[in-house]
Amino acid sequence: MLVTVLQFPGTNCEYDTKYAFEKLGAQVQIIWHEETQLPQGTDLVVAPGGFSYGDYLRSGALAKFAPIMNAVKEYAANGGKVLGICNGFQILVETGLLPGALKRNDNLHFISKHHHLKVVNNENTFLQELEVGEVINIPVAHHDGNYFIDQDSLQELKDNGQILLQYCDKNGSNKVLNGSVSQIAGVCNKEKNVFGLMPHPERAMEVLLGCDDGVKMLQGFFK
Amino acid sequence: MKAIINIGLKKGVLDSAGKATHHTLDRVGFADIVKDVRVGKQIIMELNCSDVETAKKEAASMCEQLLANTVIEDYDITIEA
Repeated sequence: MLVTVLQFPGTNCEYDTKYAFEKLGAQVQIIWHEETQLPQGTDLVVAPGGFSYGDYLRSGALAKFAPIMNAVKEYAANGGKVLGICNGFQILVETGLLPGALKRNDNLHFISKHHHLKVVNNENTFLQELEVGEVINIPVAHHDGNYFIDQDSLQELKDNGQILLQYCDKNGSNKVLNGSVSQIAGVCNKEKNVFGLMPHPERAMEVLLGCDDGVKMLQGFFK
Repeated sequence: MKAIINIGLKKGVLDSAGKATHHTLDRVGFADIVKDVRVGKQIIMELNCSDVETAKKEAASMCEQLLANTVIEDYDITIEA
């Protein structure tokens, strides 16, 4: 399995992401945003976390016009799997590969802590190793993670099973973290080959570092 | 020619920064006069263009493609000679 991790100026989670996928047995290649093609044989593209282009204008807004993004869009259009984590999620919504938008957190704070998430849908590659309703504990670290989508589009997400994860407490009851509509923490596209989430599964790979709930998430891509 | 573009969150999208600023203005002593606060951003650009309509059209295209996220933001363009 070949995982291609995108690197923009300001990306800072590319090496954690590489570590996480290598731990699970993948071959990982980090590629610079000025490349125009993805490596031959890429099985998964990951847009990792960080602050691409300093979050100037809006988080993720400038990255969508990076040269490599044309190749990513084409790859996704042909059914290729793409995962956006944190800033990567912001980039994918700005690019239009995922629905909605990510606003400043309602409390205006940068939120950095472990937080519980509830699996809403597992009929997709990403979360197939988890049960619906299962509660996992994954770190979040973001300023602009407040997911917004209008009511009609929200209904579409629900109808199509595109809501992947919701913020919750340890018992699985919805819990407000950042003001996201319906406490949404992650979504996928209608075709279920593009995934995005604000929490960082690649930071939850070792019990020694607090928790390894990220393993079960990322393992889905290996099935 | 100059384009002055104001970008802000759409009505109905909660403006947390506006709300927090309003709250502080109230505390500073402006509660009686301030009804609502919206915080946005302004982009000013010099254009290599002498036709107002073209300038407006091009600026709108920039907003649609990059400057604004139309899922959550509105934009307003003023062209100055």
